[in-house]
Amino acid sequence: MPAREGTYGLLAEFDTPGDLIRAAQQARQDGWRRMDCYTPYPVEEAAEAIGFHRNKVPLVTLVGGLMGLAAMFSLETWISTLAYPLNIAGRPTYSWPAFIVPAYEWTILWAGLSAAFGMMALNGLPSLYHPLFNAPNFRDGATTDKFFLCLEALDPKFDAVETKAYLQAFQPQSVVEVEY
Amino acid sequence: MATSEIKTNDPGIDPATGEYRVIAPGQTFKSVTEKIARIVLTPTTPLGWFAIFGIGGAVATMLLVAVVWLFLMGVGIWAITQPVAWGFAIINFVWWIGIGHAGTLISAILLLFKQGWRNSINRFAEAMTIFAVVCAGMFPLIHVGRPWLGYWLLPYPNTMNVWPQFRSPLLWDVFAVSTYATISVVFWYIGMVPDFGTLRDRSESKLGQYVYGMLSMGWRGSVRHWMRYETASLLLAGLATPLVLSVHTVISFDFAVAVLPGWHTTIFPPYFVAGAIYSGFAMVLTLAIPLRKFYHLEGLVTERHIDNMGKVMLATGFIVAYGYGMEAFMAWYSASHWEAFMFWNRMFGPMGWSYWVLITCNLAIPLTTLWSRKLRTSISFMFFISIVVNTGMWFERFVIVVTSLYRDFLPSSWGTYRATKWDYMTYVGTLGLFTALFLLFVRFLPMIPMSEIRMMLPGAKIKAKTAAGAGD
Repeated sequence: MPAREGTYGLLAEFDTPGDLIRAAQQARQDGWRRMDCYTPYPVEEAAEAIGFHRNKVPLVTLVGGLMGLAAMFSLETWISTLAYPLNIAGRPTYSWPAFIVPAYEWTILWAGLSAAFGMMALNGLPSLYHPLFNAPNFRDGATTDKFFLCLEALDPKFDAVETKAYLQAFQPQSVVEVEY
Repeated sequence: MATSEIKTNDPGIDPATGEYRVIAPGQTFKSVTEKIARIVLTPTTPLGWFAIFGIGGAVATMLLVAVVWLFLMGVGIWAITQPVAWGFAIINFVWWIGIGHAGTLISAILLLFKQGWRNSINRFAEAMTIFAVVCAGMFPLIHVGRPWLGYWLLPYPNTMNVWPQFRSPLLWDVFAVSTYATISVVFWYIGMVPDFGTLRDRSESKLGQYVYGMLSMGWRGSVRHWMRYETASLLLAGLATPLVLSVHTVISFDFAVAVLPGWHTTIFPPYFVAGAIYSGFAMVLTLAIPLRKFYHLEGLVTERHIDNMGKVMLATGFIVAYGYGMEAFMAWYSASHWEAFMFWNRMFGPMGWSYWVLITCNLAIPLTTLWSRKLRTSISFMFFISIVVNTGMWFERFVIVVTSLYRDFLPSSWGTYRATKWDYMTYVGTLGLFTALFLLFVRFLPMIPMSEIRMMLPGAKIKAKTAAGAGD
């Protein structure tokens, strides 16, 4: 990890999602990789523009769901056949059709929890501090009505002066330097 | 039938489509955010809020009294005895869970069907689900007699070496309802995270910034986060849909698996689920209509929403009607003496009045009037219908539980059921608890999802850059 000091990146503010997407597409085309867009609601085209197409949430959910299924079904089988076998109206101890219902519920429970917590973990949340919150205009706009493109200092193409001029060419509302 | 009655110059109508607008014109990202965030962030609470919260809290206190007395004396203070061993507790449990189902339906199933109009109402419908499940879940717990041993329901290693019996629908219920409660809370919370970010950034008080900042977990609206968030929401919706259908199905198994005339029927699972959605939409209307008026949200919860909810109620009402019809048909067609007697007694026996209340409230009034678009968009009429259907659905549970039990197989074991004051106090008390919790939600949490509303505004349309001189 690089030292957490100095400049995090340059943040350009746009008024409309269209302007943001055009800028992000151009930056990606020009070879920028360490960048991100910040929007007040999901803008799929912006994610496409910065080359973010797939995520691992479905995989995490699938694995979680299968684990829930396996856990509950084996628990039921073990309890009913070995730990505490009961004769209920002469039914077999391994009455698997009856075991489906709790196993089904646990599949959903574990899959749902995996989807929610997996999404948070993949997003690196919770993380209450982020350098972007230092930008004077970020908190006023990013969760309300503004669209931001951030080119990060970790990108090899980054240069405080040239990059600022590069972003100005997209005619944003403002370009500000974000400190760690 | 009513299309011609609608004036085309009505501002509620979108001239492009001729449909009622989902969101009134003239709203921007900023105005929507301000409007919704202000309800939560304002330092002054409206007096009306305190008045209703006071009433709800007082009624909830009655619940506390009833439950304390119950814990001291035991379930004997209720009217349950032989042959009616299931009474208000199970009626209220099924009724409350059913109400909760519409919240999940709105937030999950309508999301999967890409019904954008749901965005305005899904958050408080989900809140309604959670508070309804809180009220519902309490009833089986206090009904077990010794609620402090309620954890015996769960499979856990214990010194008695005893384990639960997995062939019983009552145990399936434990897993269905606990899963439902957990997933509903998670879905609700995850849905609010971006809005907590907005509240953190718009709050002017230090306390607000801290609390909403913690709740938002540092949400900053990165599009990478948004994409994972959208995937997770979609997956949660996809998981909640079979879940909500399974929960009321499992609850109906509590009845249908018993070999008892009036309960032992295969129509129960679909008919319970449809009834749940029917009553749930009624409850959404009961809550939405005063809320939009009180907080001036007519631009966000429009007549289109009321109209659409009326349509869903009409459809589910007919499924419920089919269920009633099929019960009557099977009582005759099964040629079972016991079924036929039970059904005759349900309609014309000493408790027959409850069946006719149910038919009036669930079928006669709503299914004849909800056809009319004019009535569906009449706010006061829809409020009236919502109360009628909620009453009717409560009586449906009453009829299923009581009229199936009070005339046992042998006339010597016939009995009756008359709820005691403790039954009524517990039931009415949960209404107060629900009201109080809902008001706290309205005051402190964003009741309309801001991020989802933003997506539906004209500003969210991405315009292609026009060539120079082409005009824009």
